[in-house]
Amino acid sequence: MTVLTLAKALNEGLRAAMDADPKVLIMGEDVGKLGGVFRVTDGLQKDFGEDRVIDTPLAESGIIGTAIGLAIRGYRPVCEIQFDGFVFPAADQIITQLAKMPLRSLGKLKLPVVVRIPCGGGIGAVEHHSESPEAYFTHTAGLRVVACSNPVDAYTMIQDAVRSDDPIVFFEPKRRYWDKADVELGAPGLPLGKAKVVRTGNDVTLLAYGPMVKTCLESAAAAEDDGRSVEVIDLRSLSPLDMGVITESVNRTGRCVVVHEAPVFTGLGGELAARISEACFFRLESPVLRVGGFSTPYPPSRLEDHYLPDLDRVLDAVDRVLAY
Amino acid sequence: MTASTTGLTAPPELVQLLTPEGERIEHPDYKIDLTAEEVKALYRDLVLVRRIDLEAVALQRQGELGLWASLLGQEAAQVGSGRALTDVDMAFPTYREHGVAWCRGVDPINLLGLFRGVNHGGWDPAEHNFHLYSIVIGTQTLHAVGYAMGIQRDGAEAATIVYFGDGATSQGDVNEAFIWASVFNAPVVFFCQNNQWAISEPLEKQSRIPLYKRASGFGFPGVRVDGNDVFACLAVTRKALADARAGQGPTMVEAFTYRMGAHTTSDDPTRYRVADELEAWKLKDPIERVKAYLFRGELADQEFFDKVEAEADALGKELRRSCLALPDPAPEALFDHVYAEPHALMADEREQYLSYLAGFER
Repeated sequence: MTVLTLAKALNEGLRAAMDADPKVLIMGEDVGKLGGVFRVTDGLQKDFGEDRVIDTPLAESGIIGTAIGLAIRGYRPVCEIQFDGFVFPAADQIITQLAKMPLRSLGKLKLPVVVRIPCGGGIGAVEHHSESPEAYFTHTAGLRVVACSNPVDAYTMIQDAVRSDDPIVFFEPKRRYWDKADVELGAPGLPLGKAKVVRTGNDVTLLAYGPMVKTCLESAAAAEDDGRSVEVIDLRSLSPLDMGVITESVNRTGRCVVVHEAPVFTGLGGELAARISEACFFRLESPVLRVGGFSTPYPPSRLEDHYLPDLDRVLDAVDRVLAY
Repeated sequence: MTASTTGLTAPPELVQLLTPEGERIEHPDYKIDLTAEEVKALYRDLVLVRRIDLEAVALQRQGELGLWASLLGQEAAQVGSGRALTDVDMAFPTYREHGVAWCRGVDPINLLGLFRGVNHGGWDPAEHNFHLYSIVIGTQTLHAVGYAMGIQRDGAEAATIVYFGDGATSQGDVNEAFIWASVFNAPVVFFCQNNQWAISEPLEKQSRIPLYKRASGFGFPGVRVDGNDVFACLAVTRKALADARAGQGPTMVEAFTYRMGAHTTSDDPTRYRVADELEAWKLKDPIERVKAYLFRGELADQEFFDKVEAEADALGKELRRSCLALPDPAPEALFDHVYAEPHALMADEREQYLSYLAGFER
């Protein structure tokens, strides 16, 4: 076991992926000498060379578009988008090309491209550096969308993502980059598409992913002091959803709260609530509630504590589902 | 401000090896030595490609295709550049490159699938080294550059060619592709068919300078070629591809041509351009000049031309037959190939929908 931060766990995972397959490339802005603005690719260019760890021009559409071309040629590019709010120049290539080209080719082309995006707020950043754009991508057929929440998952999920033959948008919770955990290097993890019960409970199910998993675990611990038994599920895969784990839990607890940083309106929580109401209708004791960002652009950082779901807002929702 | 104030007043240079009258001329930088058989083969390509296009337009008019993007007038640009490619080179087309597809050995019926609506692209790109048609303008230029970067990493001696139009040069992706190709010295030829019109917008809406001159700003050579001259298109593209394969990086080729038909079968060019313009370009027809050259040099007899015509008729007839015989895809094809690996939601939706459909059969 090695104690690693989430950023370092991703770094070790990428290193393992590059060791395992010479076709794996890393590309993005500042990923080479600098090692990425969050140091996720630190040292990789030194060890694997400039042909495999490519400092690109400052052009996000170019990063994804050329990654597609490299994938057609047989490579497995891992692209870094520097910040969530900078993915939109690449949205066209991701949505119209990366997601759709395998179908367009009737399966003859595979595009094993990973798009890594540091996401979410809570770091006091300027505009465009704190967003949660996952719903744009979960709404796009042809993409898989995953989010890691902790160093152990980060290490294995990034390797699984690189191995997948499907294009994957990989969200990394930037405010948790410095969280530490024991990671067993070389050990496999839970398969990429699987959700995980990270705390068991009987009264309420909390569904979360990425940065909100830790918030939900803290909320569940606090709820326990009030005699409430709260289960927490880390979705890990946002598209497709692992509905089996989710419905098993909600059928047991009868109550569910979905928590994400992204705006509630037409966010992933809406999809989860709808699917849970279909699958668990006769077992539900209350409506599925959602806790998330407001229907506003991400605020200036002095206001982000009001915007981001925190322990109190999660517990407030737990109170409300239990009041039914 | 006008162009004259920017110092960009030098008149555009045009590489031409065969005049519209069918007269062979020399160019100091682009030599080509074609045998009679080679010229006849190019003529055959041009005629057959035009016939495929004509048949497809007719099929659309008769309701058998939802849409067709005609290449009428651009045959020489496509056949010249297409025949410059070797087997190891890779081509990335727009949705109008039926002539290049022909040169790459793609059965024309496979092009029709997309326009009939039975698929979004029905050929194997690797089998022909001819990528699928790209409809979102300019996106394919980045794919081509990425592919070329892969060629570099493989240590292979091959090149990539990417097709796009005058309108596409305004796209961010195309400009990003120029930058990437330049800084990575990627083995790619940017083949721009300037057909003068981006649907209804003339070139002046896209550029204040001749398009080929943009290349120098990105740090690689640009050349304008008579896009209706199949010899010149062949010679110029061959040189650009050879340079790319030899590690000399990208070249931009601007094939100066004319879209003699509508943008697509849904378009009505009479709303935005004058008939005189078309008439003037008809005099520069890409096929007539090769025919004149063959006649002039007594390189081909009437029997040859009749034979090509008969072959075109047969090709058109066969294309029509196979188009009408294209089967509609089965409903479950909706869910095929969306993902390469098993996907729970796809499996669920497929099962539910097929079960719903089966309810009608009881």
